[in-house]
Amino acid sequence: MTLWLGVGIVGIAVILAIGTNWIGFTNPNEQDLGASLLAPSVAHPFGTDELGRDILTRVLHGARIDLSFGLITTYVSLVIGMFLGALAGYFGGVTDTVLMRVVDTVISFPFIVLILAIASIVGAGLLGAYVGVLVVSWALYARLTRGEMLVLRETQYMMAAETLGLPVRRIIFVHAIPNLLRANLVFSMSDIVLNILTLAALSYLGLGVRPPTAEWGTIIAQGQKYLRTAWWISTLPGIVVVLVGVGFALIGDGLADRLGEDVTGAA
Amino acid sequence: MRKQSEAMEALLLKVDDLTIGFADRRGFLLAANRVSFSVPKDHTLGMVGESGCGKSVTLRSLLGLVPYPGEVIAGSIMWMGRDLRGVSKKKLEQIRGKDISMIFQDPTSCLNPVFSVGDQITEMLRLKLYMSRQKAYARAVELLDRVGIPSPKLRLTDYPHQLSGGMRQRVMIAIAIASQPKLLLADEPTTALDVTIQDQILSLLAEIREETGMSMILVSHDVGVVAQNSDEVAVMYAGYLVERGRAQELLHRPRHPYTQGLLKAIPKIDQVGEGGPLVPIRGQPPNLADLPQGCPFQPRCRFMNEGCSTVSMELNRQEPEHGSACPFVDEGGMR
Repeated sequence: MTLWLGVGIVGIAVILAIGTNWIGFTNPNEQDLGASLLAPSVAHPFGTDELGRDILTRVLHGARIDLSFGLITTYVSLVIGMFLGALAGYFGGVTDTVLMRVVDTVISFPFIVLILAIASIVGAGLLGAYVGVLVVSWALYARLTRGEMLVLRETQYMMAAETLGLPVRRIIFVHAIPNLLRANLVFSMSDIVLNILTLAALSYLGLGVRPPTAEWGTIIAQGQKYLRTAWWISTLPGIVVVLVGVGFALIGDGLADRLGEDVTGAA
Repeated sequence: MRKQSEAMEALLLKVDDLTIGFADRRGFLLAANRVSFSVPKDHTLGMVGESGCGKSVTLRSLLGLVPYPGEVIAGSIMWMGRDLRGVSKKKLEQIRGKDISMIFQDPTSCLNPVFSVGDQITEMLRLKLYMSRQKAYARAVELLDRVGIPSPKLRLTDYPHQLSGGMRQRVMIAIAIASQPKLLLADEPTTALDVTIQDQILSLLAEIREETGMSMILVSHDVGVVAQNSDEVAVMYAGYLVERGRAQELLHRPRHPYTQGLLKAIPKIDQVGEGGPLVPIRGQPPNLADLPQGCPFQPRCRFMNEGCSTVSMELNRQEPEHGSACPFVDEGGMR
């Protein structure tokens, strides 16, 4: 139930983001100075900003950037982190020590500060945000996977795979990874939200996407000036961000329940 | 002379003075101490002992899989004339599962929950026997049928959690015998099962052994299970082999005080109401970090005397058919 509700919310967001141009919201930067700061109405469901741009159009176009940013950064770092964490957990010893010290180093920095630093080195813009988030967020997956692998290693079916002489590559990638995926997938759902918010925060601070490109963070940041007179500019996009966040969180919850049941419901 | 060499050829596995140590702050704890035994073709060796006496570690060492921080310190493990201790990892990986297979204690967790039964059996066939997908599939059906799983074709697509414990143990056996190994290591294969299922599994193993001539090392802490299913029995205590002999001989005329104690502690079906109460072995199982000099069993032994601390713990080589590590006690009591 939670799972499908979440899938519904996220699904609608993704479909709208992909289909923006076909349903008539073509140009997020079209200005109409005669129609600035209009309150929500039938013609402009989310109202307009100080330059008369339709906010709904901007939010929908922003969704493309934000959703793809969230999904790509999350799943690329999931793959990298899971791979390294699985190696560390399986082999132990020096591999483990070296990898986990790198993870500790990355994690010990305040998340947003490290991303800010990297993003400002790479340069302001979407690329900087991608690099910054990727460099930081694989570490959590690595640590999570390593812990799961340490437990998994001791299970009899992993020992059986070893005693039956399967190649190590096969044991790790074919036998272990599917069992490690569950925790990672569940975690990835909250990570997507976190990464989207990070992009919004970076843009807000002027390091992520730069205006006039429509992106959730920049829209909200620009509306701040008018918060007392034109509340809709910041508030409505903010609610969209929250809704999408709740959607991913629901998927995460639903997955946790469901996978827990299916996989370990053996007894 | 010739007879001896023939006997040597028929030996699958010959373990000599196998010593396994676990690194500890003060040195090594010995989980197996100069253990020697051999397994000829078509032969079942039973291994008995309390929990923690080194049975499982000894088994795993045969496959080169002593868990960290343990390692084989000394001795040799000759597999068909080749010492497995000197063999490369790659080669060892090929021997595992192909020549020597293993089944485990806990059927609830010995199958990977995310793969179907069919996937897990065909994996072995395809990796170890290089079968094609279709051939492996057909063979998997045969194997499931062989281990007594009804409607095997339908069960192939089942996942482990859909099967009962006994069924899962049967699947594990099917996986283990898929590559037609020469030796099957059975690590407490029936401990986690109901008594009725235990019996079915053991007779299944016996049938398979009879058909294929496969040898087996059957490890258990249940003397009854081992007695009924083995040709030869080895008794382990605190990492030492304390007695070894043909099953019937050892069970009826146990020589080592520990074996005698074990047997006295078990009720016998044909003596119900006859003898007195069961006699437990007094004291606690040994702590490997704190063993006495000489014989490790002395604190619990009825026959303890001042010579115990100088016992070498070698099986009596005068009687290779039935050796005991205790020089003082025989089947009748003190020598």
